[in-house]
Amino acid sequence: MGKFLGIAALLLLFAPQLPAAPAEKIAEAVAAPLDWEAWHADNEVSNIASLQRGARNFSNYCVGCHSMKYLRYSRLASDLKIPTAQLKANLLADGATPADYIEASVAPQDAVAWFGKQPPDLSLIARSRGPDKLYKFLKTFYVDPTRPTRTNNLVLDAVAMPAVLSDLEGVKEAVFRNVEVVADGRSTIQKRFDHFVTVAAGQLSAPQFDAFVRDTVNFLDYAGEPAQVDRRSIGVWVVLFLLVFTWFAWLLKKEYWKDVH
Amino acid sequence: MASNDAEFKSGFWGWLNMRMPVEKFFREQLLEYYAPKNFNVWYFFGSLALLTLVMQLFSGIFLTMFYKVGDTTAFDSVEFIMREVDYGWLIRYSHSVGASAFFLVIYLHMFRALMYGSYKAPRELLWLFGMFIYLALMAEAFMGYVLPWGNMSYWAAQVIINLFSTIPAIGPGLVEWIRGDYGVADATLNRFFSLHVVAIPLILLLLVALHLVALRQVGSNNPDGIEIKERRGSDGKPLDGIPFHPYYTVKDIVGVGVFLTLFAVVAFFVPTFGGLFMEEANFEPANPLSTPDPIAPSWYFTPYYAILRAVPNQRLGALLLLLAVLAFFFLPWLDRSPVKSVRYRGWWFRGFLALFTVSFLALMYLGLKPATGSYVTAARVFAIGYFAFFLLMPWYSRWDRLKPVPQRVTFHG
Repeated sequence: MGKFLGIAALLLLFAPQLPAAPAEKIAEAVAAPLDWEAWHADNEVSNIASLQRGARNFSNYCVGCHSMKYLRYSRLASDLKIPTAQLKANLLADGATPADYIEASVAPQDAVAWFGKQPPDLSLIARSRGPDKLYKFLKTFYVDPTRPTRTNNLVLDAVAMPAVLSDLEGVKEAVFRNVEVVADGRSTIQKRFDHFVTVAAGQLSAPQFDAFVRDTVNFLDYAGEPAQVDRRSIGVWVVLFLLVFTWFAWLLKKEYWKDVH
Repeated sequence: MASNDAEFKSGFWGWLNMRMPVEKFFREQLLEYYAPKNFNVWYFFGSLALLTLVMQLFSGIFLTMFYKVGDTTAFDSVEFIMREVDYGWLIRYSHSVGASAFFLVIYLHMFRALMYGSYKAPRELLWLFGMFIYLALMAEAFMGYVLPWGNMSYWAAQVIINLFSTIPAIGPGLVEWIRGDYGVADATLNRFFSLHVVAIPLILLLLVALHLVALRQVGSNNPDGIEIKERRGSDGKPLDGIPFHPYYTVKDIVGVGVFLTLFAVVAFFVPTFGGLFMEEANFEPANPLSTPDPIAPSWYFTPYYAILRAVPNQRLGALLLLLAVLAFFFLPWLDRSPVKSVRYRGWWFRGFLALFTVSFLALMYLGLKPATGSYVTAARVFAIGYFAFFLLMPWYSRWDRLKPVPQRVTFHG
């Protein structure tokens, strides 16, 4: 019960932060629009420290609603070099053992009641969407009073997920501009995103928040394929072996074929 | 391997030879099977296809130990293999990369046959067995693709099975019979598993055996397209032939080394190959309510998929898709040229072969793109190029100004 109250409190936390804003702002400035679509996660799955921070972020901000049902706590701890004592103290859910898979705190039926749909499992989210898209998603929430959560997102329009990181990032409004689009000989005016305006500062500076998102995405990338670091390091040796093998095979072939022609 | 006479007649080999034609087999198939000595790089792909088949069987056996067929268990069990089975990720990637490698090798093997006229008399039956292998491989790959029960698996099954609904009269009933349900469902997945791991591999192995028996009977073609059996030395051995073992066994091992190196680079470093060998949408479980956009088949089916979509009428499109595959079967009888190899043919054949190659690759690319606007127009143009190669062959293969074919094999480079 206490868990549900906690989540309800969490939901209330960001709701009042959103000031009543006009439905949309139209830019008049001619400066180049923010090119968020070109952003890259540039995460390094071999960076254990970053993965540890990402796991912490996941535990603090994601696991309340999102499960990671294909990853065990124990696997996470051994891959990320987290001591069992620390795992138990900081990451393990109440009543869970290290051998358990990571479940969301919220009950599925509650999540459906609150958000309209069950938040997706995040085990494979980095594989089905790609780290870049997750990075852009987490960095492009903005105030939208027309939405039930009063927030919206540039990557996933009308997303059910609220801006859970706004206490860290601050609150952003999106500024749009009208663009004339000519297609099939007809000219139409379309609304295009231009840039963000921060209307309430968060706990983190912009670079700090960027690093926060990068670490989180890095952790999601790891969770999508926990064996990937091993895979690459084993691969180097396999390829080296095969190159040597091929070279010897080539020498053998040359020896045998001396008497042909 | 025992290679001299004494060894075959005493001891273990002697004992075995009394009871089984081991020596006879080695002699006929390897030591005294004469292959042309002018094989170039294109001749690696036959042995590589065999290697890929064995690798797929091997990795498939291990996957089957952990895979749990069923619409509620399949997806989870694949993730179990990827995460919790020791080196399960390696087994799975070997199998998924192996599927693409198999088609790549087979396409290059087939292209070799087109270039050097390996389908022409007396190798028609060899070619037909090869084409049946290709058909069986397509069925095997498609059903295997459905097994992980990701969202692309589900929708690919939906689209491909629905092609059968275009057959007049029996279509709708046939589709239901194939699926075993009113939609793609658990029953479909279970039967595809059965066919993928038992029925089609058995058919493949039988066809490969027949392909090899036919090859041994007529002997390998070569880049010059001349029959080495027609020029024999005083000892009765083909002048341009060398024993398959040891010459081609050691040579093929070099090919195996190069192939496995490239295979390992893909399997260990880029196993999804940018979504081409493993699509992003297939990391979401099958969902009948959410259609991936766009639905694209695996890259090795896209030329046919592009042809299907290039035709506005679905029934006609499905018919053309079928004809595009079946056209290969008729090559031995469409080609009227007295010469086999492209080396001694004229510009007509070379031009049409180039047209076919460009069309095939372009259709492969277009099949991965949405079927809209200029993509469809381009697919229509290249589909015409594809079919022109086959349909006009009885004429252009005769118009060519041929170059004189040498009596003995030649070496280039």
